[in-house]
Amino acid sequence: MEKAKITVKDVTKIFGKSPKQATKLLDQGKSKSEILKETGNTVGVNRASFDVYPGEIFVIMGLSGSGKSTLVRLLNRLIEPTSGQVLIDDEDIVRMKPEQLRDVRRKKLSMVFQRFALFPHKTVLENTEYGLEVQNISKEKRSVKAQESLELVGLKGYEKSYPSELSGGMQQRVGLARALANDPDVLLMDEAFSALDPLIRKDMQDELLELQESMEKTIVFITHDLDEALRIGDRIALMKDGSIVQIGTPEEIMTNPANDYVERFVEDVDLSKVLTASHVMKRAETLRADRGPRVALQLMREQKLSSLYIVDKKQKLIGAITADDAAKAIEAKKEIADILITDLPTVEPGTLLTDMFVKMASSSLPLPVIDENDKFKGIIVRGAVIGALAGNETESAKGEVS
Amino acid sequence: MQLFPKIPLADWVDSFVDMLTDNLEPVFDGITSGIDWFVEGIVSILAFPPALVLIAIFTILAWWSSRWPVAIFTLLGLLLIDNLGYWDPTIETLALVLTSVIISIILGVPLGIWASQSDRVRGIITPILDFMQTMPAFVYLIPAILFFGIGMVPGIIASVIFAMPPTIRLTNLGIRQVPEDLIEASNAFGSTTKQKLIKVQLPLATPTIMAGINQSIMLSLSMVVIASLVGAPGLGADVYRAVTQIKVGIGFEAGLAIVILAIMLDRISQNIGKTKN
Repeated sequence: MEKAKITVKDVTKIFGKSPKQATKLLDQGKSKSEILKETGNTVGVNRASFDVYPGEIFVIMGLSGSGKSTLVRLLNRLIEPTSGQVLIDDEDIVRMKPEQLRDVRRKKLSMVFQRFALFPHKTVLENTEYGLEVQNISKEKRSVKAQESLELVGLKGYEKSYPSELSGGMQQRVGLARALANDPDVLLMDEAFSALDPLIRKDMQDELLELQESMEKTIVFITHDLDEALRIGDRIALMKDGSIVQIGTPEEIMTNPANDYVERFVEDVDLSKVLTASHVMKRAETLRADRGPRVALQLMREQKLSSLYIVDKKQKLIGAITADDAAKAIEAKKEIADILITDLPTVEPGTLLTDMFVKMASSSLPLPVIDENDKFKGIIVRGAVIGALAGNETESAKGEVS
Repeated sequence: MQLFPKIPLADWVDSFVDMLTDNLEPVFDGITSGIDWFVEGIVSILAFPPALVLIAIFTILAWWSSRWPVAIFTLLGLLLIDNLGYWDPTIETLALVLTSVIISIILGVPLGIWASQSDRVRGIITPILDFMQTMPAFVYLIPAILFFGIGMVPGIIASVIFAMPPTIRLTNLGIRQVPEDLIEASNAFGSTTKQKLIKVQLPLATPTIMAGINQSIMLSLSMVVIASLVGAPGLGADVYRAVTQIKVGIGFEAGLAIVILAIMLDRISQNIGKTKN
């Protein structure tokens, strides 16, 4: 396995006056509410451990009060951990001296905040420059870098505006530009899009993913929104009462919840935004293009099909024919090529269900699935999609073309 | 029917003050001549141009910082003071106020910053400030006379003690009121304590600090009038004379001049704080 960028080992944060006593009770297996009752201390984060790999978007998700915002602040020590280790490139943040910690914060870690946290007395450009300004980089140099960063998030031309003159979405772009300006390895995003309205939020998620294609930063993204987590997360850690309950890819969490809590969490989720074509795809009968219509019709009768997909020698999809057309072609002594339907809408194995509804509605034939090499993989039948959305996607997945 | 003999608090304070006067005389003398020199400087600067030129300058200042009603009030008010023949004492009072406010800022803002950085410092300073503000202002005049003699300087010292607390309090408050997420942002980007203070906290606290300074100006104006009891010059001396000689008319004129000065200083200082942001 690849080397981790961030390694978190048994990190615990207790808020209150007697953290040692509370830690002892934690070790005895007492719950957050029991410890609060007995000692008056609040368990913020309970022995969290995980690795984040370079270039991945690691989502930490949980409801409010689950400790996710505390956890992200332990990563850059905005909150001092009670115990445990946070290694960034094998260096333990927790043991660093103030100067070392400042240096890591200036060069390796940037943060984007839920309420943007822009400085109201500084212009957009000055805000973006802040991380460079505190490093005493010359005015010309930091202005150039900040301009680049603003351009990246699409805010060119707003340099001289003040944050209060911008909309929420634009303010958070400034927040993102400020975080990117000092070219950090790691971006910590604390509910970065939660304060935005849903449409803008979706745009920002798309843009983050697009930026990430070229930047390949390591991103730790905090959210309480499962849809958001599933959309942008390469892996998701689910938190409850300060503990991490499950870590896994979106599919793993959806299809195989670790416990009741995760299951309850994910039961309301819109499956069409998680499941892909490969989950609901079925094997399909194909026929080589050099066969005649009689063979095709015979095959369709045997298999009780109303349509058939035509491929070339390399399993590349050429088109489809229907049984009616095949019967007419036999009478008119035509070839398969004459009755071929070629303008079929297609989808890829990774296409989300939600993105294929329009194509399904526009086509009377099942949707063919082709991979990046145009190879025919299978078809999507409406029944299988409905079945998957109803929750028995494991059934339909059995029919998958391997 | 006293269970315990009276605690000789007054005697203790007396002997403490005696000890200070005996041991620290050179220090007090130095302070006295320093303040004397400073106030004389301000008076000579303010008295140098003809009254009308200074009135014009104040009017422009009022117009720039506030809106035209304040400018018109300043113009008419100062012309009235000049017409009534209170120009020189007004300038003296103004010099006293400026001096004590400048000292209050020089001492108060750093103290306020210090208090904002540490809960312990704040815990020590707050009761002292309460004491300074609630002790009747006249009481300060007594040791001030002993330390600094009769005249202008004890008046200024007393008004600094009386006027400084709001500047300290509101500097501390303004810095502490900077939203937590901005402090977090500043920390997250690796600012030092000093960078955070200069680049984030102080600029954002400026309106609050200016409100504190405005309060200090008003308090020191009220105090320099009282300071005429120990021989401080200015409008207060005219009021004091009018009171002792029961001259209602003169008392009203001098009092009116103080009111005009007060309103002018209040509006100008308030609005300078606002226009900066």
